[in-house]
Amino acid sequence: MQLSHRPSLPDTSTPGPPVPKNTGFTNISAALAVASSALIAAPINAQEAPPSQHQWQFDTALLAYGESGDRVKALEGSIQGVRSDGDDQRLSLMLTFDALTGASATGAVPQRRAQTFTRPSGLGEYTTAAGQTPLDDTFRDTRVQINAGWAAPFGDNSGFEVGAHLSKEYDYLSLGVSGALSHSLDRNNTTLRLGLAGYADSIEPEGQIPLPLAVMPLRSDYPDEEAFIQAFNATRGAAKEHKDTAELQLGITQVINRRTLMLLNYSYAEVSGYQSDPFKLVSRIDAQGRAIAQNYESRPERRRKQALFWQTKMHFGAPVLESAYRFMHDDWGIDSHTLELRLNLMLPSGHTLEPQLRLYHQSAADFYRPYLQQETPTYASADYRLAEMTTYTLGFRYRIPLTGARSASARIAYYVQNPEGPGGPGELAGLNLYPRLEALMLQLGYRF
Amino acid sequence: MTRPIWQCRWAHRLLLLTVVGLSGCGTLGVEPWQREKLADPRMAPESDATDKRVDDHVYFSKEASSGGRGSAGGGCGCN
Repeated sequence: MQLSHRPSLPDTSTPGPPVPKNTGFTNISAALAVASSALIAAPINAQEAPPSQHQWQFDTALLAYGESGDRVKALEGSIQGVRSDGDDQRLSLMLTFDALTGASATGAVPQRRAQTFTRPSGLGEYTTAAGQTPLDDTFRDTRVQINAGWAAPFGDNSGFEVGAHLSKEYDYLSLGVSGALSHSLDRNNTTLRLGLAGYADSIEPEGQIPLPLAVMPLRSDYPDEEAFIQAFNATRGAAKEHKDTAELQLGITQVINRRTLMLLNYSYAEVSGYQSDPFKLVSRIDAQGRAIAQNYESRPERRRKQALFWQTKMHFGAPVLESAYRFMHDDWGIDSHTLELRLNLMLPSGHTLEPQLRLYHQSAADFYRPYLQQETPTYASADYRLAEMTTYTLGFRYRIPLTGARSASARIAYYVQNPEGPGGPGELAGLNLYPRLEALMLQLGYRF
Repeated sequence: MTRPIWQCRWAHRLLLLTVVGLSGCGTLGVEPWQREKLADPRMAPESDATDKRVDDHVYFSKEASSGGRGSAGGGCGCN
């Protein structure tokens, strides 16, 4: 369950934890003032009216994601139902389904000649053409995810939420639980939040888990199938590996003034267990840049991540500007900066148009190696997702309010990745080790 | 080597920016009858949660960072 929080506002229609009851009315005039402000706010709220008591509200989305070339294509559908009670108790259930297909970069370097690789399962081979980035074309999976959450107020100004998460695909299972407490202060202008989450993941790939930095055997190097299978099995470790995550979240949401709201989150996550990608490779090259072996990657078994997330929302009348910045730091040597801007423009018709911009930069992991030469480090990965990288996303969303709480929306977004890194010796000098990736996302949403 | 976030240069800058930003606002907060604009559903911090969840899943599988807005852990075998 994704945890999120909000300040204690008198009204919202979006799912989230409960708003602690405001029992701080000290006199009738204050109560009348709140009532009058609610009346004033009514025209704005008409676009996304809150669900009435004991009613379900559903939010559905369908995403089509496609990368340029023969890379990954994905289709994801989700439906979330939120049952809000009159006493601020909230039940949330969500079902997500996605299907992925296409090819993903293995991490092996391109060459000036065709290269042959053993499939991750050990059953068969695939060939990459000269000058092309090696891609594993067996990338195919379907996934089902279920999230459930319960949130309720307690005391005068506090609330709690609990959640459970399950994600299952062919070779991967993720289970998680989460819980959070929130407390409002100063006329509900300040909300403090403490959250904890734990996840237990397990991976069981076909062909079992490769041993760290083991050399991939090729069928052509062995006289018969039996000798090859024996060599392949010698590179295999356990059939199944595990990864556990424990996370702490601290947050504060502050109403700044009549039109400005700020949120600051700090999170600390400790991940332990198997964190390598069993499908990724690191090439070993000679002084001329020729690949002489392919090694399975090896990542540390512990990772500690810290993140600061700062979000500001400003109301300018028809436009509402949301800006967010995230700094993430981990002990793998990765620092990342993310800036997001969303400008929600309400048109006279009540429709909204929202341009969205996201800029992201990360430094490379300490053990990122685009290739190996003489050295044999303990950890090495050529996964471009651990390389230095800059990405940006430009998107637009259009939302049309329908009757009642119903609305329909369409979104298009263009995503570009530019990984960077050192060049290679010899023949690698003229080859593109860090290909740019472009992706298009189309999303349809319907709320009822 | 692990470096606590409070020793990071960027964390210092962010904290400084926050303090300066908040102190420039004078008295923080509003009275209950001054929440007209804050009551707009577009002002809820987690508005458009579905869009953001979909985005976060894409970025989680394509980049090395996750979390911040919500939980960073768990998920799927896509990363």
